Amino acid sequence: MSEREVLELLRENARYSTADIARMTDLEEGEVEAAIEELEAAGVVRGYQAVVDWDELEDERVRAEVELNVHLDRETGYGDIAERLARFPQVKALRLVSGDYDFDMEVEGDSIREVSQFISEKVAPVPEITQTVTHYVMTSYKENGIELGDGEDDERLSFSP
Amino acid sequence: MEFELSDRVQTVPPSGIRRFFEIAEERDDVISLGVGEPDFATPWAARDAAITSLEKGKTSYTANRGKRELREAIADYVADRFDLGYDPDEEIIVTAGASEAVDLAFRAFVNPGDTVAIAQPSYISYEPGVIFAGGEVLPVPTREEDEFRLTVEGLEEAGADEADVLVLCYPNNPTGAIMPAEDLEPIAEFAREHDLMVLSDEIYAELTYEGEHTSIATFEGMRERTIVFNGFSKAHAMTGLRLGYALGPAEAIGAMNKIHQYTMLSAPTTAQYAALEALDSCENDVREMVSQYDRRRQFVLSRFREIGMDVFEAKGAFYCFPEVPEGFTAEEFAEDVLREQGVAVVPGDVFGDVGEGHLRVSYATGLEDLREALARLEAFVEDHA
Repeated sequence: MSEREVLELLRENARYSTADIARMTDLEEGEVEAAIEELEAAGVVRGYQAVVDWDELEDERVRAEVELNVHLDRETGYGDIAERLARFPQVKALRLVSGDYDFDMEVEGDSIREVSQFISEKVAPVPEITQTVTHYVMTSYKENGIELGDGEDDERLSFSP
Repeated sequence: MEFELSDRVQTVPPSGIRRFFEIAEERDDVISLGVGEPDFATPWAARDAAITSLEKGKTSYTANRGKRELREAIADYVADRFDLGYDPDEEIIVTAGASEAVDLAFRAFVNPGDTVAIAQPSYISYEPGVIFAGGEVLPVPTREEDEFRLTVEGLEEAGADEADVLVLCYPNNPTGAIMPAEDLEPIAEFAREHDLMVLSDEIYAELTYEGEHTSIATFEGMRERTIVFNGFSKAHAMTGLRLGYALGPAEAIGAMNKIHQYTMLSAPTTAQYAALEALDSCENDVREMVSQYDRRRQFVLSRFREIGMDVFEAKGAFYCFPEVPEGFTAEEFAEDVLREQGVAVVPGDVFGDVGEGHLRVSYATGLEDLREALARLEAFVEDHA
């Protein structure tokens, strides 16, 4: 149970210090450290990343959601195709999904040209891929559970009864 | 012309937190731990219900006592959560915030000259409410060594056996103290023995972090002498929608309704639709907010101990009540820490003399701000050590 609590807190903010997490869960700091180590060793926690609002940066960052349809044969399964695609550093997320298409792929690049080239030159030619539909991200409102854009000020009174 | 103010209005001093509010307004980097309201937005389903009611033009008065459907939902909710049985037709009234319900009760049950015993530290509106009703306040101090729980000894020492009405607020604003069933039992016995009416403000009932909340109205012989107050402001994060309610015997609620129908007429209709939805489908939102408050509570208590400020182990509401370091009064500490570090806290003495030497610190604020605020408090304490 404490492991689950630690995990929830790390998901809320991976930069909480072990001391902060200990304070919030009423665990010893050593217990929190051990729980985190165990979660990492077991492969439950795979890494820690910042949630970025690219719109706040001047540098352009282009992202696209790509729908992929594939054709499987006796020798090739979804896993084989996924393994091949996941190796590309441009691919930030790859999921097998139910519905009208097979894979949902998130791609990032420095320009539309770069992302387009990557899809047309690296992804589309994969023999099992029968169709790609690319959606460029225009504005992101929420990432990893965090709302983006201008944070609203706390309009509550500084003091209230 | 010059307005001639009534004696009752002149008797009540301005709110003790007003001056601090003005100081806080002077700077733009204040982190406020001085607020008595959730930092969460009202659960979306409740907001959506309010919007839909507006879209459909449901903007007329409701029944004085509130929409029947809402009273039924309240009856089911308090039965389920707190083992309280009230008839939605005659024993429940929906009000504009629990504050209105408390005011109605003072006006309905306090005669000029009646004595109203108030367990202190207490929410700052009870005392003015009693005075506006023409009553006299009898403070009943609680002590930190008793975990700020009200005791029969405390009631006897204060002379509450002669009082007409007893006001309770558990979980407590400002201390965060709770009253478990075993502590309420002797208080109930005292009230029966001395024929006290009990006004029990249980607005923070859902925000009980250890054990279950017990209402004093559940003890034998107490239902007929108790009015219970609750509402949607705290647990459902609906402060601005102004919706509360009172539960009590038909005759008593009828008397409160008499005042309500000539002043408020009915509680805000839009808010009643939101409240209905809140009871119907927002239980998980409440659970999630309570769990967040609990984490913050543990964080804040632990940080105060690290800073070296003694702090009472608050088990309810969203306040903790640390002691100010030696050399300060509560007011001096609160003012200096606001001016020097931009952290707003409320001095404990505004909740009654017994609160002197303490601060009310609200953790209804995001964890990042809490962390920064506590770091600033630590710096302040070190600077003045």
